[in-house]
Amino acid sequence: MTETLTEMLIIFIKIVCALVWFLLLTLYLTWLERKESALIQDRLGANRASIFGIRIIGLFQPFADAIKMIFKEDFVPSFSRKFLHTIAPFISFFFVAITIAAIPFGDILRIGNRTINLQILDFNVGLLFVLAMLSLGIYGIILSGWASNNRYTLTGGLRGVAQVISYEVALGLSLIGLIMVYPSLRLSSIVLYQGELLFGFLPKWGIFLQPLGFLVFMFAALAETKRVPFDLPEGESEIIGFFTEYSGLKWGLFMMTDFMEIIIVSTLLTTLFFGGWQVPWLASDGFHFPWGGELMLPHLVVVLLQVAAFNIKVFFFCWLQILIRWTYPRFRYDQVMDLGWKLLVPLSLVNIIGTGIIMTI
Amino acid sequence: MIKALGYFIEIIRGILITTRHFVVNLFFHILKVLGIKTKRKGAVTIQYPEQKKEVASRHRSLHRLMTRKDGKPRCVACMLCVTVCPSECIYVEAAEDPDLEIQKYPAKFIIDLGRCCFCGFCVEACPEDAIRMDTGNVDFAEYSQQDLIYDLDKLIG
Repeated sequence: MTETLTEMLIIFIKIVCALVWFLLLTLYLTWLERKESALIQDRLGANRASIFGIRIIGLFQPFADAIKMIFKEDFVPSFSRKFLHTIAPFISFFFVAITIAAIPFGDILRIGNRTINLQILDFNVGLLFVLAMLSLGIYGIILSGWASNNRYTLTGGLRGVAQVISYEVALGLSLIGLIMVYPSLRLSSIVLYQGELLFGFLPKWGIFLQPLGFLVFMFAALAETKRVPFDLPEGESEIIGFFTEYSGLKWGLFMMTDFMEIIIVSTLLTTLFFGGWQVPWLASDGFHFPWGGELMLPHLVVVLLQVAAFNIKVFFFCWLQILIRWTYPRFRYDQVMDLGWKLLVPLSLVNIIGTGIIMTI
Repeated sequence: MIKALGYFIEIIRGILITTRHFVVNLFFHILKVLGIKTKRKGAVTIQYPEQKKEVASRHRSLHRLMTRKDGKPRCVACMLCVTVCPSECIYVEAAEDPDLEIQKYPAKFIIDLGRCCFCGFCVEACPEDAIRMDTGNVDFAEYSQQDLIYDLDKLIG
C-alpha cells in the first residue's frame, strides 16, 4: 500500500517538475525571442519591466506580459460558434503540453535502493505518441479558424491544413531511417543506443548516422512549429491568421502553444539526433575517454551532468529556431507544398533506401 | 527542386549574417556589463527618457516669445503671424502702449499647440523677431487639450 502511494507520489512530482520546467522555459522563450531579435537587429529589446526599480535586462518582462494578458477582455464574437471557439485554444495547448510526458530528461536516478526513471512515462511507442500528439495539435487551429466564423480565420485554418499535409508525411518518413538504425520506438532506448561509440571514438548520435534524415526532419519540424519561414496559418502581414477573433488569455494560449512547440521540437531533435541526455564518453560511473583516460564520478554528479547536457542541447535548438525565425522571410503557399512534396518526401525516401543498403552491407 | 537547391547557399549566407550580428552585439554587450569601455556599442538604441538626442539647430520645436531689455514682449501685435498661420492657432489681442515708439503691445497672446502644425511661418513672418521656435523642447505632451493652450506667461517663461 505504501509502496503504491510512494510510486504515485514520485510520478506526481515528476509531472509537476516537467510541467514547471516546460512552462518556465516557454515564458522565458518569449523573453529570448525579444532579446535575440533585438541583438540580431542591433537593438536593445524589452528592458523596462521592473520590480521596485530593478530591471535586470528585462527578465521580468514575461510576467508583465502574463499579467497584461490576464486582465485583458476575454472577447467572444457574437457570430462565432461559442463552444468550439472557447475550446479550440485549450485543445491546441493540451496536445502540445502532453507530449512532454514521453521525453526522457535523464537516465536513472538512484536514491537509496529506489530507482527513478527521469521520464514521466517510458512508453513502448513514445516516438509515435509524440508525433501523434503534435499532429493532433493542428485540430485546435482548424477549429479556431472554423469556429470564429470569420473569413480571415477560415483562410488561416485552411492554410494550416494545407501545410500539415505537406510536411507531416516527410516528418514521419524522415524518422523511419532512424528507427531502422536504433531498432526501437521507445525514446529512452533510442537515447541509450546513442551512448555507444562509432569507430571507437565518435558517439553514435543520430546526426552522424542519419545526416540526411536530420536535415529533412529539421525542415519538417520547423514547418510543424508554424513560425516564420512556414507561418502560413498566421501570416501576420497578409491574413491575421487563425487567432484573429481571440483576445486575452485565449490568444495567450495560442501564443504559448507556439513557443511550446519550439521546445518540443528542440527536445525531439536533441533526443533523436543529438544523443538526448548523453554526454560524449560519459558512462554511468564516469568518463571513459577513447584515448585511454578515465575519470570516475559519483552517481549524483553523473545524473546532474546528463540533465545539464540535455538542457544545454535543448536551449541551443531553441536559440537556433529563433535565429531561423528572425532570418528568413515567409514561404509562399505553393512553395511550402513544393518543398514538402517535391524535396522533403523524395529525400526522406532516398534516406530510407540508403539506410537499408548500408545496413545490409 | 533544382531551383530550391540553388537557393541553398544564399540561405546559409543569410543565417551567417544574422549569427554574426548576434555574436558581435552580444560580445559588446558583455564588454559593457564588465565595465570595459569600447568605441563601438552593441546597439544603436537611444534610451529615450533618460538619454536624449541633440535636436538640430534648425529644428522647429516649442515656440517662445522674445522680450525687450525691460522684460516686456518684443511683439507689437501686428497680427502678421495670426494672418499667416495656416492652422489658425494663434490669437492676439492688441492693447495700446504709452510709449510712442512701440504703440501697441499684445494684451493676450495665445497659441493652441493642439492645432499648431509647427510649420514655422509665424517665425518667418514676424518683423520684430518676437517669436522663435528654437527652445529645443519637443516633449510637451499633456493629458488634456486645455493644457496645450499656451498663453503669454507660458510662452515667455
